[in-house]
Amino acid sequence: MEDRYSIIGKDVPRNDAVAKATGAAAYTDDMKLPGMLHGKLLRSPLPHARIRRIDTSRAERLPGVKCVITGEDTPKVKYGNWRLFPTTQDEYPLAVDKVRFIGDEVAAVAAVDVDTALEALELIRVEYEELPAVFDVDAALAKTAPALHEASPTNISIDRKISYGDVERGFSASDYVREDTFTVHAVSPGYMEPCSSLALCDLDGRITLWTSTQTPYIVQCLLASTLGMRENDIRVIKPFVGGGFGGKMELRPWEFCAAFMARRTGRPVKFTLTRQEELCYGRRRHPMKLWSKVGFKKDGTLVAKDLKILLDGGAYNAMGPTATFLCGNFGAMLYRYPNYRFLGEHVYTNKAPASAMRGFGAPQSLFAAETQMNMAAEELGIDPIELRIKNAMVTGDEIPGVATISSCGFIESLQEAAKMSGWKRKRKNFKAGRGIGVGCYSFISGGVFNWFNTQYPFSAAEVRAFADGTVHLLTMASDIGQGSDTVLKQILAEELGLGMEDIRITSADTAMTPQADLGTWGSRVTLMGGGAVQNAARKIKEELFGTVSARFDLNVIFEMECRNGRVYAKGKPERGMTFGEAVALAQKARRGEPLVARGYYTPRDKGLVTPAFSFGAQVAEVEVDRETGIVSVKKMWTAHDCGTVINPMAVEGQLEGSIHMGLGYALSEELQVENGRTMNNTFLDYKMFTAEDMPPGESVCIETYEPEGPMGAKEAGEGLASPTAPAVAEAVYHATGYRCKDLPITPEKILKGMKK
Amino acid sequence: MKHEITLHVNGDEYPIAVDPWRTLNEVLREDLNLTGTKFGCGSGDCGACTVLVEGRSVNSCLTLAVEMDGREITTVEGLAPSGERLHPIQEAFVERGAIQCGFCTPGMELSALHLLEKNPKPTEAEIRSAISGNLCRCTGYNKIVEAVADAAGRMKPKK
Repeated sequence: MEDRYSIIGKDVPRNDAVAKATGAAAYTDDMKLPGMLHGKLLRSPLPHARIRRIDTSRAERLPGVKCVITGEDTPKVKYGNWRLFPTTQDEYPLAVDKVRFIGDEVAAVAAVDVDTALEALELIRVEYEELPAVFDVDAALAKTAPALHEASPTNISIDRKISYGDVERGFSASDYVREDTFTVHAVSPGYMEPCSSLALCDLDGRITLWTSTQTPYIVQCLLASTLGMRENDIRVIKPFVGGGFGGKMELRPWEFCAAFMARRTGRPVKFTLTRQEELCYGRRRHPMKLWSKVGFKKDGTLVAKDLKILLDGGAYNAMGPTATFLCGNFGAMLYRYPNYRFLGEHVYTNKAPASAMRGFGAPQSLFAAETQMNMAAEELGIDPIELRIKNAMVTGDEIPGVATISSCGFIESLQEAAKMSGWKRKRKNFKAGRGIGVGCYSFISGGVFNWFNTQYPFSAAEVRAFADGTVHLLTMASDIGQGSDTVLKQILAEELGLGMEDIRITSADTAMTPQADLGTWGSRVTLMGGGAVQNAARKIKEELFGTVSARFDLNVIFEMECRNGRVYAKGKPERGMTFGEAVALAQKARRGEPLVARGYYTPRDKGLVTPAFSFGAQVAEVEVDRETGIVSVKKMWTAHDCGTVINPMAVEGQLEGSIHMGLGYALSEELQVENGRTMNNTFLDYKMFTAEDMPPGESVCIETYEPEGPMGAKEAGEGLASPTAPAVAEAVYHATGYRCKDLPITPEKILKGMKK
Repeated sequence: MKHEITLHVNGDEYPIAVDPWRTLNEVLREDLNLTGTKFGCGSGDCGACTVLVEGRSVNSCLTLAVEMDGREITTVEGLAPSGERLHPIQEAFVERGAIQCGFCTPGMELSALHLLEKNPKPTEAEIRSAISGNLCRCTGYNKIVEAVADAAGRMKPKK
């Protein structure tokens, strides 16, 4: 490894770390433009209602108010990320005729300052005709339930099916069959930076939008369609973004309103959400109801699985359709299921929409699958880790018609997690109140299914090489904190034999960076964005190799290399020159035309799900206070296969952040929604783990080589949102005998469960 | 009615007139353009807005600007005043991978400074306690804790 790479596998600090450490990094809300107006949104106080009349006249007359709009002022174009299926696009930027959840955006005000905008909101009169509402999937599916959307009379907005083998025959051939129902709750992405957007209208009527987003290209396209403008008359720039975790990957009403009102007033308009808006009305992870039936042979061999999932989608589709598809895929991952059937239904309810959140359907699906695995292991009398190893997927496995596993370090992960944690000894010897449990995951490295219907490659990169030995990398990949700018620079530096300081990067500006990139979600950036960078770099190298080869009159059989700032013949390193000299020579040969290459990546012939899967296993050790039911997590051990590790420090950071979020999902975080209203709207009441709550951990990367990824890399850190909850749940069961089938695990549930 | 006050921020004097209801966070960010101090929740729960007042860490979102008349305030922009070298806390945050999205970073660094000024050799538990009012959603805190411990070693003891 040491010899093979110069900069891959090194703890390179993030390229924006100094800017962030000094406070110089500007996030959207830090920006200010001359004449800028401040926007605020009026939201529905009712979960379901028809809008009879809106009177904005008093608000408009308030001094300092420059613009008030409602749905009636807008072009009334629906949007949604599943552009490939326009019927799924169910959302208006501002409500038209109906509101469907408490917080649905009804009107917007732009004023000279925030206080004036807030005062104006209070002067808008909306007459509603309240409609019956539904707050969970059972109520929404009842025959008498009101339909939220005319296009979906049953409230099922979309369903997804996966099926292979013969499930019924599989169950007949099984020695042991069990059926369980699980429920999981809503949690918030909880990114630290509240959403913010700032729009500027040029003198020629074009829009520039700075916005806290994971997906500038998606925002550009959907903003264009909702405004009735051409795509390239919109420029979306992603400034520094304070986290997203899936919650910032769609067009949002405030982006539309900022742009629309900037056009209307001729002044820049900025919207910044409050934390209360984020928690009450913001996107969240889907609550789900999961029914799973699984069959084994006596010896623990898996035979069949039948999985039905109802997703509580809230009032709009958002990224629900993708989550519906993916939770079915994850239900079939990790183990070899010869017979598998899945039905997922995405159900509308009168609540704030759920959407993508770290794991994208996997944390829910794998909580059920992994908990059921642990239950089966107990009844079959087989150690849970042994049962997993027996059925584990391996490199080369296929899910018929769906996916091929091109690299897989799952068994090694299980073995390593068992070894590190002292699994065998602790499983046997723990006293009451102490427990140890295991949970596993698999995850995607970007999606294959082109629901956005992009007409461009999935990822693209442009590399410009200069005679002074520097290069400029342009990419629309979005660094939202995960460190993709640094990783993409590392990939380019490795390919071209340059240092990090030789590379300038411009990213995520839709007017400047190459069309296109679908953005940051589904752990797609390292593999896809990295693949595009590698592709562009190789085109540059090809040209430089030819130039240097000609200069030294090298035999065509010579292998050439870019390393340590030089371009040379591999067998005869003295026959070469500096990178800058080689670029200068190539440019001369091109009669002055600069050396620029465009690279791209689009997964092709890679099944329906993803070009590459990651795998991992996690062990949790807990102590449960049998008087209070309070769980104290003692330690977490994680072994994960993320292919080649490009930046170990960044991968560790992702892993540790995942554990933080996973423990919150298991134990402390829950959006409490009563009659459609989210009750816990501060971080005091929505409890994320603090530095004092976090347990120690140990981790190890199982290095595999993923043939589809740049330098063999694949997903890291998102899949790890999944194993923690089932691992902790199993540890709690081991400690107390309470089996959690409805997250989160609370002291009340434990105490009640222990009494049984 | 506006109040005329003088804020002392990072060694600079700012005579300003402020409405009595405006917070220190608003004045720093909007009037003084010191946007390194973030606004994460407005209710003192997340710590992204942490600044030091006379060396003590406070949530600037819960502090009224008028109360700060004549007080010495340190924001993230004042950590490395020369602009050439980073403060040892910043150096450690950069090198230890303690920064991901960066939104909690300024507040974390100031909470760390508050700790290290009064306790130059903190234990891990003391570090965790000192930053427990600062939420981070990216890192799981481990690298931040390591960075603070590292910074303690880098900071020269005061005479």
